[in-house]
Amino acid sequence: MNDVGRAFAEAFGMIGRLDAQLVDIVALSVQVSLTAVVVAALIGLPLGAALAVERFPGRQPLIVFLNALMGLPPVVVGLLVYLLLSRAGPLGDLGILFTPAAMIVAQAVLVTPIIAALSRQTLEDTWTEYEEQLRSLGASRASAALTLLWDSRFSLVTIVLAGFGRAAAEVGAVMIVGGNIEGVTRVMTTAIALETSKGDLPLALGLGLILIALVIALNAVASVIKELAVKRYG
Amino acid sequence: MLPLELRDVCYAANGKVILDRLTVRIDAGPRTMILGPNGAGKSVLMRVCHGLLRPTSGALRWCSSSGARRQAMVFQRPVMLRRTAIANVIYGLELSGFSRRESALRAHDVLEAVGLETAAHQPARKLSGGEQQRLALARAWALGPEVLFLDEPTANLDPRSTRDVESIITAIHATGTKIVMTTHNLGQARRLGDEILFMSEGRLVERASVDVFFREPASAEAKAFIKSELPWQ
Repeated sequence: MNDVGRAFAEAFGMIGRLDAQLVDIVALSVQVSLTAVVVAALIGLPLGAALAVERFPGRQPLIVFLNALMGLPPVVVGLLVYLLLSRAGPLGDLGILFTPAAMIVAQAVLVTPIIAALSRQTLEDTWTEYEEQLRSLGASRASAALTLLWDSRFSLVTIVLAGFGRAAAEVGAVMIVGGNIEGVTRVMTTAIALETSKGDLPLALGLGLILIALVIALNAVASVIKELAVKRYG
Repeated sequence: MLPLELRDVCYAANGKVILDRLTVRIDAGPRTMILGPNGAGKSVLMRVCHGLLRPTSGALRWCSSSGARRQAMVFQRPVMLRRTAIANVIYGLELSGFSRRESALRAHDVLEAVGLETAAHQPARKLSGGEQQRLALARAWALGPEVLFLDEPTANLDPRSTRDVESIITAIHATGTKIVMTTHNLGQARRLGDEILFMSEGRLVERASVDVFFREPASAEAKAFIKSELPWQ
């Protein structure tokens, strides 16, 4: 058997026997990214809804800016959050640099614009359809925004899951603000980068396989939810 | 809150004049049918009356501005929220300040009145076009409006659903709600209307009772309109 084959075999072995190191890394990854996505959704969804229903000067440039932020390079986000949280930085007193909290902050910064921009697009399409009817029924902007969020909830789940995928798969930001400290801030992507450069291919491959499986599973869940919703609610 | 008075109301969008110094008074009582060719400004007039559009100039005055908006509107294409039929009715009621309990009761009654009680718990968007329009009427009716605006409510419906909708409109009128409606169906205007407002190019050209309007229209525009809509007469 060649090296690659052996690495694959060992990787599957690690996954099969739930290797402790592997499980710890995956658990931390999921925990960090999930928390970051919850934070990002709590900020991004109301922001998206507000942008969908409100009309104010400067709205269009703001939307363009928000759309541009979707493409933020993770390493740049990492750098900015690093500057913010470093000892000398404005939030240095929190002392959370090189902890999972810092990684959550970085990933939330990365994902919030994605959730806000994508949900703004979806909610605005619904708003185009609903606006006259909701205004006719006397809905205020705020209650219209809530109605849009509720009525679009299944599309929004897809968006939030996409955000989770982005958070779990990025490496640059968590590497910079987390430091890839073993047992503390080492997540799947940073571990893969490190183990690959060290030559420990089975662990890197095992994590890679899990990461890919996770992304596929998320997309499957998203599409099933969407399909069920369309079937059920039209 | 009626009568509603419009004085010299203009509405323009993108430099195009849609309502041109329109002065009209809409009284309680008779069912008002707004007729006119496409682009006459019928839908815009109703949206201005309902408060969805703000006139570019001119004045719009309700007799009493008694806090609550006792008016409702039904659109050509019903807009249904992604929830059950009864939840759509309850949604409107709760926005108007009815309690959860009272909303449920009223919603149930009104669905029965439009013949949708068996569809109450089906997703509204899965209903047929005719059922959706009846649901839209139910949602408006539940609010107990003093005025109901209807913008070509049967334009997309088959004859059977059209009859259902017409009888619901008649029932709503019978409970004391003022009906203001646009239609392209002259037979419908005759069946449902008491008076006709005839519009052309953003102006009110003629106002008459249904009988008089169809027997001897006064204006050349109305004559031409009736002739073009009913060429076999």
